[in-house]
Amino acid sequence: MEVFPTHHYLNDGYGIRSWLLTRDHKRIALLYLAAITFFFFIGGSFAVLMRIDLATPAGDLVSDDTYNELFTMHGIVMVFFFLIPAIPAVLGNFLVPLMIGAKDLAFPKLNLLSWYIYILGGLFTLHALVTGGVDTGWTMYAPLSTEFSTTRVIPAALGIFITGFSSILTALNFIVTIHRMRAPGLSWFRLPLFLWSTYATSVITVLGTPVIAVTMLLVGAERVFHFGFFDPKIGGDPVLFQHLFWFYSHPAVYIMVLPAMGVISELVAAFCRKPVFGYSFVAFASLAIAILGFLVWGHHLFVAGQSVYASLIFSMLSFLVAIPSAVKVFNWTATMYKGAISWQTPMLYAIGFIGLFTIGGLTGLFLAAIGMDVHLTDTYFVIAHFHYIMVGGTIMGYLGGLHYWWPKISGRLYPEGLARLAAGIIFVGFNLTFFPQFILGYLGMPRRYHAYPPEFQVLNVLSSAGASILGIGYLLPMAYFAWSLRYGKVAGSNPFGATGLEWTTTSPPPTENFAVTPIVTSGPYEYPSPVEKHVA
Amino acid sequence: MWSGTPLFPQGASTIAGRVDALYFFLLAVSGFFGLLIAGLVVFFAIKYRRRHPNAVGTEVSGGLALEIGWTVLPFLISLIIFFWGANIYFAMSRPPDETLNIYAVGKQWMWNIQHTDGTREINELHVPVGRAVRMIMTSEDVLHDFSIPAFRVKADVIPGRYTQIWFEATKPGRYHLFCAEYCGTRHSGMTGQVVVMKAADYQTWLSGGAPEGSLASVGGKLFGDLACNTCHRPDSRGRGPVLAGLFGHTVQLQGGDIVTVDEQYLRESILQPSAKITAGYQPVMPAFQGIVSEEQLLALIEYVKSLSTPQQQTMPARPDTPTSGGPAR
Repeated sequence: MEVFPTHHYLNDGYGIRSWLLTRDHKRIALLYLAAITFFFFIGGSFAVLMRIDLATPAGDLVSDDTYNELFTMHGIVMVFFFLIPAIPAVLGNFLVPLMIGAKDLAFPKLNLLSWYIYILGGLFTLHALVTGGVDTGWTMYAPLSTEFSTTRVIPAALGIFITGFSSILTALNFIVTIHRMRAPGLSWFRLPLFLWSTYATSVITVLGTPVIAVTMLLVGAERVFHFGFFDPKIGGDPVLFQHLFWFYSHPAVYIMVLPAMGVISELVAAFCRKPVFGYSFVAFASLAIAILGFLVWGHHLFVAGQSVYASLIFSMLSFLVAIPSAVKVFNWTATMYKGAISWQTPMLYAIGFIGLFTIGGLTGLFLAAIGMDVHLTDTYFVIAHFHYIMVGGTIMGYLGGLHYWWPKISGRLYPEGLARLAAGIIFVGFNLTFFPQFILGYLGMPRRYHAYPPEFQVLNVLSSAGASILGIGYLLPMAYFAWSLRYGKVAGSNPFGATGLEWTTTSPPPTENFAVTPIVTSGPYEYPSPVEKHVA
Repeated sequence: MWSGTPLFPQGASTIAGRVDALYFFLLAVSGFFGLLIAGLVVFFAIKYRRRHPNAVGTEVSGGLALEIGWTVLPFLISLIIFFWGANIYFAMSRPPDETLNIYAVGKQWMWNIQHTDGTREINELHVPVGRAVRMIMTSEDVLHDFSIPAFRVKADVIPGRYTQIWFEATKPGRYHLFCAEYCGTRHSGMTGQVVVMKAADYQTWLSGGAPEGSLASVGGKLFGDLACNTCHRPDSRGRGPVLAGLFGHTVQLQGGDIVTVDEQYLRESILQPSAKITAGYQPVMPAFQGIVSEEQLLALIEYVKSLSTPQQQTMPARPDTPTSGGPAR
């Protein structure tokens, strides 16, 4: 029988001040968890309304303008306020110090400031939302966003601008922490792969986010002062906006998915109880993705009047960035060979991730092939593709990680049966929602269409049905995680028998994480784990 | 309900079959790797399921050959897809020398189609079967995208410049025309129909409209109304360059650069003449930015083009000379 520890970070102060002024990375992770969950359900409710409207060919549930605002706000909220911060700000914040045997991040106050900046950015975006919304699409293409839209573009752009600084500060914090605060003996190649991917993500964030900040400033300046950066009538170029936007926003895809890849590496190792196959290849694949990810933005502009030769180069580079992703998938699969594979919930999410990410990656090949992309771009094929990466990838990784580390975060176990059921519902609901959209895309249905030709209805109804199943799948974990906080079985320090420094301390950990700084003498996934040897 | 649900789009252009062939290849590659991964994951998950709570996996080492193999193999397959896709893209980007030129202007939220004989249509595009058609397009306001799924072609339509697509329809019929680049409130209403007709039907259809004469003749009249002809004279004594025979040829600019005279160059030279000055001339031409509309600009360009091709290449079946006052019908 496991015993709940008497002193831990959750009972180290109870007042509201002890949370809102905390410098403990674990509490800040929980502040983020609350905030991003809030934004996830806001962004999700927009998707629900869109899918209900799309169940019939006529745009009859909401007006055209409302529909346009729904997909715009769905994109802005999900990308900037959920997908980008989800894994780094919640799991990363909680785990980076624990995984390297440190007491906290390098800059605890900066970490708290990051959360407040995130909230401030979120408030601007919510302000834009409640005072009329934005209808430019999350991509905010000029000159629609700079000259023609009469909606709340500036507050939304400011929200994105501000939130970017939160990402930058968190990323800086991680980079410094991973460089400077590793426990004795924890060399780079003994780092858990989650840290390699967190590190790679942080580098992209620091290098890329300033570009989106500048781009948003240009949009605001153009709206207020009419400088004409993007206005051809006075010598500007609307396509310039797309270059600036995607120079950040394509690497941002890797900001969203690399941390999930890190989580999957941890899950596969822990639930196969063996080292990740090709550890160094998986680690370097993260860095390769981070570098190549900056060189492929032009594949968003194949039909946007870009020169044929530029398109050729961007096409080639886009195929190259697919290789390290494929290498990761092969290595995870190979890790399962001769594993001792548990079918607990986190592993189900990992398997789901591998399946969905594979489909997302393979359909990326369709879009990287220029002659194919011309037909597919701006259709539902693209919608399906990037949801397979971002929802099938990032959210599966996030939920898998949340289940895996939930006993560490809360000190209690989630209900296993219900959690497996939810994982199954999400997997089925996800595929039913998004697979028909590949077919719709090849048929030519454009994205961002409020009304559509009637022959597309059956596939849209299937997609909407899937979305309702998916919605239930997302509500379930909310409910049982909350339930488990009080009624869950006490977890003990290492309920899954996993390796990793985070499992050597109590669950929940004390505020200072470790009573004594651990000394690392072996690689990251050496089974049987020290704990288990002890148990056995 | 299912019977009316297509799972594969109809193909009605010469390029469609080539795009579909690549699509099937990609489906085969994706199917193979998708099933391989899924099969292995499920197989391993069952075969190596944990049978004892304290069981641990067996470490498998020495995977260098495997790592190189599964790096190189996807790379080689990628190369095939890359060259295949690039090959189709080149075909899409390079219209044949002889094309039927049709202009399109996108505006929130409609398509204005302008045929060279002067026929105009809105949200409908009539084209003959079996003939290469080149669309030259621009936008009056925001970005749009001219997309015809049945032809597997699309291109963004951008304010301030011309973009183009070309296609050759293979089957008479009616096909969707979509605006594929989000353009504001009625984006999903900015749709229309492409009507592909047999050559004879197309000729009959053409002879139905265009009371003001061919596009070039409209442009010719405008050329006089805007007093362009006071400087751009047919002889070489004007203050501006002679325009006859200019289109499709190169000119030397002040500073020595050489440019080819195409639609984009003419557009810029009318709207912002001082951007590129022909060598030997003074920058005295006023800017027409904001003075001529996109449609007028197309008429002017078509007029200048007609000065280089006395027999209008796009209308070989018709006797009208480009500068005649009106059609004889």
